[in-house]
Amino acid sequence: MSHLLKRRFFEQIKVMFGAEPSKPKEIAPAAQAMHFYKKGNRDLIAEKLHARAHAEHKNTWRNRRWITLIIANLLFTVSFFFDIQILEGALTASRFVGFHLIDLNSALQVMLAHKHIINNLIIGTGTVLVLWALLGGRTFCSWVCPYHLLAEWAEKIHLYLAKKRLVTDQTIDRRLRSVFWVIFALLAAATGYTVFEAISPTGIVSRALIYGPGLALLWVLALLFFEVFFSRRAWCRYACPIGLTYGVVGIISPVRIKYKLEGCFHEGDCRKVCLVPHVLDTVIKGRSVETEVPIGPDCTRCGLCVDTCPTGSLSFDVKGLSKIS
Amino acid sequence: MSDNDPKPAANPTPSPTPPLSKAKRQSNRRRFLRTALLTGGVLGAGLSGFLPLIYSQKKRLRPPGALDEKDFLSSCIKCGQCVQVCPVQAIKLADLIDGMGVGTPHIDARQQACDFSCDAVQCVLACPTGSLTYHKPEFLPGRAGVGLAAKPILLAKENDPEPTLNLTERMGVARLTRPEACLAIQGKGFKGQTRGPGFKGRMRYMDVDRWKPIKIADHPYDVPECDLCVRECPIKGAISIETVFAPDGTQRKSPVVHEPCVGCGVCEMICPVEPTAITIEAREVWKT
Repeated sequence: MSHLLKRRFFEQIKVMFGAEPSKPKEIAPAAQAMHFYKKGNRDLIAEKLHARAHAEHKNTWRNRRWITLIIANLLFTVSFFFDIQILEGALTASRFVGFHLIDLNSALQVMLAHKHIINNLIIGTGTVLVLWALLGGRTFCSWVCPYHLLAEWAEKIHLYLAKKRLVTDQTIDRRLRSVFWVIFALLAAATGYTVFEAISPTGIVSRALIYGPGLALLWVLALLFFEVFFSRRAWCRYACPIGLTYGVVGIISPVRIKYKLEGCFHEGDCRKVCLVPHVLDTVIKGRSVETEVPIGPDCTRCGLCVDTCPTGSLSFDVKGLSKIS
Repeated sequence: MSDNDPKPAANPTPSPTPPLSKAKRQSNRRRFLRTALLTGGVLGAGLSGFLPLIYSQKKRLRPPGALDEKDFLSSCIKCGQCVQVCPVQAIKLADLIDGMGVGTPHIDARQQACDFSCDAVQCVLACPTGSLTYHKPEFLPGRAGVGLAAKPILLAKENDPEPTLNLTERMGVARLTRPEACLAIQGKGFKGQTRGPGFKGRMRYMDVDRWKPIKIADHPYDVPECDLCVRECPIKGAISIETVFAPDGTQRKSPVVHEPCVGCGVCEMICPVEPTAITIEAREVWKT
């Protein structure tokens, strides 16, 4: 990894905690040459217009993701409903064919509140930690979290209304999520009560799917309402501490989205569909520090940008896999 | 603020960062207000999550092996695995308005009591965080009287090599709260379906099937003197019909609760009178 990518790696961690991405101070010569080549290049502009006009809209990764998410959540429901004991419990803690799996944020809350950790908790948390460190950390958000899917549908309504100029997206300071993470951790440790679990839409929706709906869903509805009419994807973007926990786990993950500068038209369609567009700052004209740049840890690996990109400049990548094959 | 000032305020001293335009400053201020709004909203909702702590004095029946209420609330991860393993579905998860922590398990004994038809207290085995446990950690000492004098003997497996339930603490204690309504005290018998034909509660009857609990409504009774609470109590020596003397000196029969009572609630569920004559006092300790 070049020193520029190393610098970017640490900057992206800061961006995850809420810092705004900044213009790079130094760009590698190879990337600089590409930036220079693209500047005012009429052929390239014509090519871009052509490619965008003929781009086919794909939903490949989105469909794979939705199917995975639905199957994962359905497995919980079916396991209980038909008593087949494949995946028992809820997203906060479960057993996959008898083996403990425990959600990292819930486990953290319980450990902070209860201050006593039993073996099953360690086994379950450790398994999930390794699993998501390998699979990409926030991959949990877009590929498993049931609230994410509801919020994605709410986002579609929001975007439709925004197109009709009935609503506008009200952005919120992204540092808030880190503040919430600290507040809820402190509250759990100080009061001995896992208060975040009471309002976590992930837990509420997961339990509602398995054990039947309850009034707690009203809070989830309120959040979705806020997201539709006021602020796009507000919970996932600005509030959810679970996302930050998994984001931290994903820092070292080998699974990520990789950006290739060469083919990119910098037209910005990827940033429009992205839940966390600050991780795609590198696709802005003149920002890419290298010819190939991995996307930072706050990325949920949802693949919407991969589907959207007309040139294939964004793709899924497993670190080290290309070296083997 | 629609009045557009074409000339931004002049800045005589050059600063390292260019001054923000008025529009930018305004949008920044609005964003700050929105951030404050979301902060307030989420924290407000979060604080409402603390209500169960305030209500934690209110007694309610938790599954067997539960830690003391405050420790229980701090350690329960709200996954419902205890709900899933219970063969009679006695355990339910609390909702928003139940005021005992969203998603935490509890038992409404009158609707469906824990009759230990799983034999091994499966919910304790299923709990991933030790909220329900056989072995309380040493730094969490039990309240006086909450401990059982001996491991309770489960009548259903009295003839098994290991007849006891691995429980060290009681969930509560049964108490005859309405003696005036008790059929045994009145010397009355009971015939028919206790709790009526529509009652969904289930229990295992050893003479029917040890491994398959059936509906109580499918198991009618015909007893000359009502003793259903004693007859169906799953724990050995927890309750019996005794001859007691009323204050006026007359003799009569009455159910009497003894020390081995774990507070499972079967007596409360099976009691044929409405409302029940015998109830579980959740988290109550044994007082001699």
